[in-house]
Amino acid sequence: MVPGAFNYYRPDTVDDVIGLLGEWGDDARVIAGGHSLIPVMKQRLSDISHLIDLGGVEALKGIIIDGGTVTIGAMTTQHELITNDALASAAPIIREASLQIADPQVRYLGTIGGNVANGDPANDMPGLMQTLGATYHLAGPNGGRTVAARDFYEAAYFTAREDDEILTAVSFAATSGGYAYEKQKRKIGDYATAAAGVLLTMHGGSCSAASVALTNLSDTPVYCTDAVDILVGSSVDDEAVAAAVKAAVDVSDPVADTRGPVDFKKYVAGVIVKKAIESARSRA
Amino acid sequence: MNEATPPKEERTAALSGLGTSRKRVEDARFTQGKGNYVDDLKMPGMLFGDFVRSPYAHARVKSIDTEKAMALPGVHAVLTAADLEPLGLHWMPTLAGDKQMVLADGKVLFQAQEVAFVVADDRYAAADGVAAVKVEYEELPVLVDPFKAESDGAPVLREDIADQTEGAHGPRRHPNHIFTWESGDREATEAVLAEADVVAEEMIYYHRTHPCPLEPCGCVASMDKVNGKLTVWGTFQAPHAVRTVASLISGIAEHNIRIISPDIGGGFGNKVGVYPGYVCSIVASIVTGVPVKWIEDRSDNLMATAFARDYWMKGRISATKDGKITGLHCHTTADHGAFDACADPTKFPAGFMNICTGSYDIPTAYLAVDGIYTNKAPGGVAYRCSFRVTEAAYFIERMIEILAIKLGMDAAELRVKNFIKKDQFPYQSALGWEYDSGDYHTGWDKALKAVGYEDLRKEQAARVEAFKRGETRMLLGIGLSHFTEIVGAGPVKNCDILGLGMFDSCEIRIHPTGSAIARLGTISQGQGHATTFAQILASEIGLPAEDITLEEGDTDTAPYGLGTYGSRSTPVAGAATAMAGRKIRAKAQMIAAYLLEVHDNDLEWDVDRFVVKGSPERFKTMKEIAFASYNQAIPGVEPGLEAVSYYDPPNMTYPFGSYICVMEINVDTGTTEIRQVYALDDCGTRINPMIIEGQVHGGLTEALAIAMGQEIAYDEQGNVTTGTLMDFFVPTAVETPNYQTDYTVTPSPHHPIGAKGVGESPNVGGVPAFSNAVHDAFRAFGLTQSNMPHDHWRIWKTAQSLGLHD
Amino acid sequence: MEKMHVKMNVNGKEVDLLTEPRTLLIHALREELGITGPHVGCSSSHCGACTVDMNGMSVKSCTVFAAQANGAEITTIEGLGSPDALHVLQEMFKEHHGLQCGYCTPGMITRAYRLLQENPNPTEEEVRFGIAGNLCRCTGYQNIVKAILEAAAKMNEIKESA
Repeated sequence: MVPGAFNYYRPDTVDDVIGLLGEWGDDARVIAGGHSLIPVMKQRLSDISHLIDLGGVEALKGIIIDGGTVTIGAMTTQHELITNDALASAAPIIREASLQIADPQVRYLGTIGGNVANGDPANDMPGLMQTLGATYHLAGPNGGRTVAARDFYEAAYFTAREDDEILTAVSFAATSGGYAYEKQKRKIGDYATAAAGVLLTMHGGSCSAASVALTNLSDTPVYCTDAVDILVGSSVDDEAVAAAVKAAVDVSDPVADTRGPVDFKKYVAGVIVKKAIESARSRA
Repeated sequence: MNEATPPKEERTAALSGLGTSRKRVEDARFTQGKGNYVDDLKMPGMLFGDFVRSPYAHARVKSIDTEKAMALPGVHAVLTAADLEPLGLHWMPTLAGDKQMVLADGKVLFQAQEVAFVVADDRYAAADGVAAVKVEYEELPVLVDPFKAESDGAPVLREDIADQTEGAHGPRRHPNHIFTWESGDREATEAVLAEADVVAEEMIYYHRTHPCPLEPCGCVASMDKVNGKLTVWGTFQAPHAVRTVASLISGIAEHNIRIISPDIGGGFGNKVGVYPGYVCSIVASIVTGVPVKWIEDRSDNLMATAFARDYWMKGRISATKDGKITGLHCHTTADHGAFDACADPTKFPAGFMNICTGSYDIPTAYLAVDGIYTNKAPGGVAYRCSFRVTEAAYFIERMIEILAIKLGMDAAELRVKNFIKKDQFPYQSALGWEYDSGDYHTGWDKALKAVGYEDLRKEQAARVEAFKRGETRMLLGIGLSHFTEIVGAGPVKNCDILGLGMFDSCEIRIHPTGSAIARLGTISQGQGHATTFAQILASEIGLPAEDITLEEGDTDTAPYGLGTYGSRSTPVAGAATAMAGRKIRAKAQMIAAYLLEVHDNDLEWDVDRFVVKGSPERFKTMKEIAFASYNQAIPGVEPGLEAVSYYDPPNMTYPFGSYICVMEINVDTGTTEIRQVYALDDCGTRINPMIIEGQVHGGLTEALAIAMGQEIAYDEQGNVTTGTLMDFFVPTAVETPNYQTDYTVTPSPHHPIGAKGVGESPNVGGVPAFSNAVHDAFRAFGLTQSNMPHDHWRIWKTAQSLGLHD
Repeated sequence: MEKMHVKMNVNGKEVDLLTEPRTLLIHALREELGITGPHVGCSSSHCGACTVDMNGMSVKSCTVFAAQANGAEITTIEGLGSPDALHVLQEMFKEHHGLQCGYCTPGMITRAYRLLQENPNPTEEEVRFGIAGNLCRCTGYQNIVKAILEAAAKMNEIKESA
């Protein structure tokens, strides 16, 4: 299990990265933490002859909280997301979700950019970014552009990012209210059997804003519009929760794998969404 | 002089002998990263070999094109079956009397089967070569269900022996049938079942899994063409047997072969067998003239080497109305994969599955096992158990629970009613074994009290009511298990592997200054032999354990032995060690008698010295005797102080134990939480309590993994769906609970120090304890049997089938 | 493909390797530098036997290219203690029977070292969560957890008395 040979580049700037991508096209790939890419390279599933390490690009690092907006550089690791106290105040759901990703060693290297840009439906960050209504910042040969996280994922491993672009940062509004990221998995290091992120703001006994999204329950992360519509304006009572859960499960479309068959996953999705809503409600 | 002699207790303690929790001597190097595992070896000019493996479970190999691979820089050779055929090495014998392809000979029979062997400068170049070999396959129909193996239109897997109606273990009734093995009295059992008050019947499946030691298998083969000597370092649990097999299949004289097992990173049965990687490395070293290393990766390990279990056990158990068991019938369909490579003693193609009457006095019983070929990897190893004992224990411990349901009885009470009684030992089982010693009731009572069994049952009943009222979605399971193992294979009269009797050995040399080296035919893979065997010896010969070096694993220096697996090291090699120690002591007694000018019989042994009876001031310590043996001319006694013992055990040993697991189960998610695990072991005399406890923790964790999720699963096309550690369940520290250990001591009457072996008990007893906890949680809702592993989705399915999801 | 220079500080020693870009850090350490303490158990970043400390982070060196470690400071089990002065963790693993076959041990201790650097007073739960990237097939973790907790206590004692 060793990868095929490649040329290695470690540019300092985003422009240099874009330049290299333009130069080598399909044969090139960028590497962030490497914990999704290196296993794939070892299996020699794709031909990568030019590897561009983003580790040297300082501009891709760091967490900025400016007013109500949180911007996280693509090369920020999950470990940094967990240990950043300012971020934990601005959006505590990030720490809660990050702690449920992989294991300590992987979190030291695994980055938010790698996790969201890869398009792997099993990754947790894409679902989390749906929950947060995040914006993705892309850089390409024609400069920068932004794409809403909720518009980014097209199918498993297919995203709105062009081959000559890289994701440079994600940004989203700081959260107030209740939050929860719930995940069922077989063991530490496993992907979710089902996971859900929920944000909930209560105002005088009524839900004024909500967000519900699912991880690994379809070939893309799923933002549950109907569930959100049911919750907003309700008192988040049992009836509303049940209806929202049903709405979320209805838009899930999991596939059978070693974690279990479809009926099981949909059922667990319901349990997890309910748990997440109730947990968020208790914190709202 | 007498005043100078420290008291007995002090001198005993100074030896760190039997019964002390001596710290391990192995740990100094392991904690500093100075272990010496096979992949740590580096030799001048060494090449690296890697396999081209089949992506298909069943296919004809139309062609293999190695040209592109050979043209790559760093690639030295690509071996195929055609290259091995002239040497007669394209197939090799298995431990079970079958033969196995070393490299695909015309077809492949399981996914990841070895097709070609690329030899290159290093592992990177070898992998490049593997990727460049082009193999053309023609897919064939795949057989994964052993129950369809003999149906009309089933593909014939083993075309090489399709016409043979006689196999290594008797008649074959179909090309996909390997053997039928029977034990016990079928007619008598049928008669008992026909007349019984109550008969419980169930299919018990023990799924396919894998030992998965953290270090995968591998070797370095080095053919020294100048001296004609072949040296192979490798992950071998039985180095001497490997030497003999290597000699027999290669034609190289046995004295020209040296097999060395360096440190081994866990075995659990995975490293008993002989794998194509070993054979190909040897051939490649002969071809290239330089050392060749082969190290499998994790997926290779899980997909191609040594699965375990995969037994479909159809059981019928009968009893009187009041719960006295009268008979047991078991028919097992054993899925052996593409080649019968089970590592069992020759006369036991289903291992010791006929220990399946367990801890119970069952007067009449019958067992039949049918071995079947399928398009799966070969293996059938004893994964942390003695040959098929864990299957047997799981079977009977499930059947007991099922019978208890049928009788409407408490399962603990049913066990008590049927345990073999203390005064029945030695006990002759209906299936032919003589249990050496046991005291089941004492340990069982202790276990029930320790967990507060009656209170637990009350809590469980209250939980069921609360569940029915809709107050909780959590159920409580109480998993009971009482196992009896059969380990220490074994007596040469009925135990051999490839004709090699399953004795074991120890050779001791005492140095002039009173320290010693002992060499054994076994090989530690983490069990701490260097620590514990020195303790046995310390108590036998009165020299401190710390002054005794233990050496294993080098066939040029160690005495012949059959290796370490099946919990046989302590029962067999441990006995050899004690016996060799006694030979040393006997000679020491003669020397002491000479030095003290008394008759041999006038001396008595006192911890670390011989003392003249009635004259405690007159003695010779073992240190003094050791020196004397090298510098005194003693009439009629040879100089030196050495001994060797080859120990042929008169019987197996029968460790036993009482395990209880208390488990919380979420019926909606299928998730579980272990609340308590209590494990009481009786392994006879306890050599090192610290190590015993460590073995129990480890074995329980493997049992937990197996029961709760660890499986080698195949899809209908014969693809392995659990070929990585993402899907093959190995629990982390988070999923693993703390364990509570306990013990009783019932020595083995026939073992020199009364020890029985313990390493595998927790796996054998643990799997039923965990599985029974799951089943027990659902008993109130009508569950009698479900299949392991009890991963989330299977538990959820059980709850669903019982209507617990509304 | 062209080889490249990778400079690292490994266990306090500056090294300069000329290696292929695809060389994994674990192979650079084990095969090019002869540092065989870290092991390969799965090569898929699940088992943690290859754990080393890189710039103050525990990493699985089977899933890092040596090229990515250019300029890094690496500590392996060999750099934690010496035969004459074992690290407290090494002592406690011996004392509490926190190892059997020894294959996971170097990675486990190296991981525990970083865990205690970041959290000198962990609870049992935190230790278990903190070593969840390291698999052990022999011990069932119970004695490993005990050894790490004891090591934490001992290290704190040493710190206080200093």
